[in-house]
Amino acid sequence: MYVYDEHDRQILAERVAQFRDQTDRALSGELSEDEFLPLRLQNGLYVQRFAPMLRICVPYGMMRSEQLRRLARVTRDYDKGYAHFTTRQNVQLNWPALEDVPDILSELAEVEMHANQTSGNCIRNTTTDQFSGVQTDEIVDPRPYCEIIRQWSTFHPEFAFLPRKFKIAVNASEHTDRAAIQVHDIGLQIVKNDAGELGFRVHVGGGLGRTPMVGPVVRDFLPELDLLTYLEAVIRVYNRYGRRDNKYKARIKILVKALTPEGFAEKVEAEWAHLKDSPSRLTSEAIARVQAYFTEPAYDTAANQGDQLAALRFENKAFDNWVTRNVDTHKVDGYAIVTLTMKATGTPPGDVSDRQLEQIADLADSYSFGEVRITHQQNVVLADVRQDQLFELWQAITPMGFATPNLDTLTDIICCPGGDYCALANAKSIPVAEAIQRRFDNLDFLYDLGKIDLNISGCMNACGHHHVGNIGVLGVDKKGEEFYQISLGGSSHHDATIGKILGPSFAQDDMPDVIEKIIDVFVKNRTDEEEFIDTYRRIGLDPFKERVYA
Amino acid sequence: MPDIISKDGSVKADSWVVVPRPAEGEALELSGAPSLIPMDLWLAGRDQFKGRSDIGVWLESHDEPEALEGLVNELPLIAVNFPKFSDGRGYSIGRLLRERFGFTNELRAIGDVLLDQLQFMKRCGFDSYALREDKDSSKAAACLSFFSNSYQAATDTNVPLFRRRTS
Repeated sequence: MYVYDEHDRQILAERVAQFRDQTDRALSGELSEDEFLPLRLQNGLYVQRFAPMLRICVPYGMMRSEQLRRLARVTRDYDKGYAHFTTRQNVQLNWPALEDVPDILSELAEVEMHANQTSGNCIRNTTTDQFSGVQTDEIVDPRPYCEIIRQWSTFHPEFAFLPRKFKIAVNASEHTDRAAIQVHDIGLQIVKNDAGELGFRVHVGGGLGRTPMVGPVVRDFLPELDLLTYLEAVIRVYNRYGRRDNKYKARIKILVKALTPEGFAEKVEAEWAHLKDSPSRLTSEAIARVQAYFTEPAYDTAANQGDQLAALRFENKAFDNWVTRNVDTHKVDGYAIVTLTMKATGTPPGDVSDRQLEQIADLADSYSFGEVRITHQQNVVLADVRQDQLFELWQAITPMGFATPNLDTLTDIICCPGGDYCALANAKSIPVAEAIQRRFDNLDFLYDLGKIDLNISGCMNACGHHHVGNIGVLGVDKKGEEFYQISLGGSSHHDATIGKILGPSFAQDDMPDVIEKIIDVFVKNRTDEEEFIDTYRRIGLDPFKERVYA
Repeated sequence: MPDIISKDGSVKADSWVVVPRPAEGEALELSGAPSLIPMDLWLAGRDQFKGRSDIGVWLESHDEPEALEGLVNELPLIAVNFPKFSDGRGYSIGRLLRERFGFTNELRAIGDVLLDQLQFMKRCGFDSYALREDKDSSKAAACLSFFSNSYQAATDTNVPLFRRRTS
């Protein structure tokens, strides 16, 4: 993964010093609350229901073991000994003290970590597929482009005060989209044109929140070297013309809709014409420099022990279940991609203790060249595990609670921190997730149900991505009481779709029953090969409605 | 009068006056001091203002700097208003005036100008800043110099870091 050079280190050190000065001025009252707000937000610092929340950036989800260990230490020394993996591949601390934040940042900077632009109306962390670089159907590794975007967007002087937050995601797989690029402000799909040249299909104006939209294509093919100048043109048009009078209408999707995708694309092209041949145009050397950090580790061909693995799976059903659900095919024979699930029933989805962070670091060192990836489903990936070590790894992680074989099933729930922690939330989300996990605790039944994305958000801000859950749950406030609205049919994959609202909302206690009824309709109607989303698309919303509101 | 900060953080005395837009039907009133007038009024009276070193313009954050294309260097000073510090349109306006329309005279940020915006304004081509009056101008120099390097090109440098790294 990317390693800082002297320029990166210098810029980050200067940033830490700057934030220390800003915090001092805020604490002394020289900066008003309002004036400090955007400064702390651009540094990932929210003021939450009980304490500040610090969102630490994990660029495109990649972390080294030393970074995990440092995070563990920081949660112990400055927080309550745990952290939370977010739905945008970042990490949050829920209880830091404001005056400690500069020290936390300086400790993080020592291991090349920071909280830059993890919040606020600026360009946020660029996210991508957690299987980048190791999957079988990738056009090219997307991570170097994410890193190039990270550097370009860091402290961009023109775009520090956009109308609203701005999120970019990159996908390079031809058949899957684990980065949900079509629900981002800019979604970049890496493609090759007919001449075999590398470039991007550019989606602009997707997003969740109050006005969920699938991002339309504004350019079918953007040549690789034009990436940054084109992004600059898109965001300049947004900075100048995006609405600033109403924060609920300020995302770029509203501008794209108002101008129509064609009208928006024309404006961008006109702006880009001035920028495309500037020195900001990328060079092959610049891309090659970053790509050199994402080279393959030294794979060992002796790791390929297919017969031994088959025998172990045959002998041990629990191991077999885990391999089936939580292990994915690696591009190199003899290696496997392992997802450690952070969704054991009874723990808030995405929460990890300091001890667990250290365990993950040790696992990374022992089994995966010292690196991990955080997924937007709030799990952790060991991307380069030897096939002949899978059984040993499974034995090691089972007592740690990382081997719950529920990946992509109904109980692998995406869930925001909700009303237990977040000041914005209308309702709690974690207890709902837990109640559903408890109801569906029979693994064989879960496997029979196949892939189902169940996503829970505690409010319209949609951090839990409820709109694109096959089953989406949204916390709503009704006269001071917490209720939950359900939508069905959402998808964040290549066939991105926004779910449809089922009907009136439900009380928290009713939620497991309601989900059970929905599952029941699916089971009764599905054909052999159908996943939940296929059945829903075939039979529509009505059969679910009839059963749930009967 | 707000303190006027220069690019190097020094504080200078200045007699430029920002003339607000006159009410509907009212005429523009100039006091005799060097005056910044609304852009569209300067454009409307350009024949009369041409060549005057004591008349400049100011732009609102929703104004289009394109209206000044080809004319910018007739102006001794252009100011861009930041109505709220969270309104970032002025940064794009600054870059366009400098990089696209070739403005070479003084470009000033006015309005809700706070210490922590100065670094961005400087990179976007502003070379003077009318710091909001309640802010401490003695801290401007420090706030302008937190960073000694930057990743991307802007008005201050057209060479992004990736080109310096590989050259």
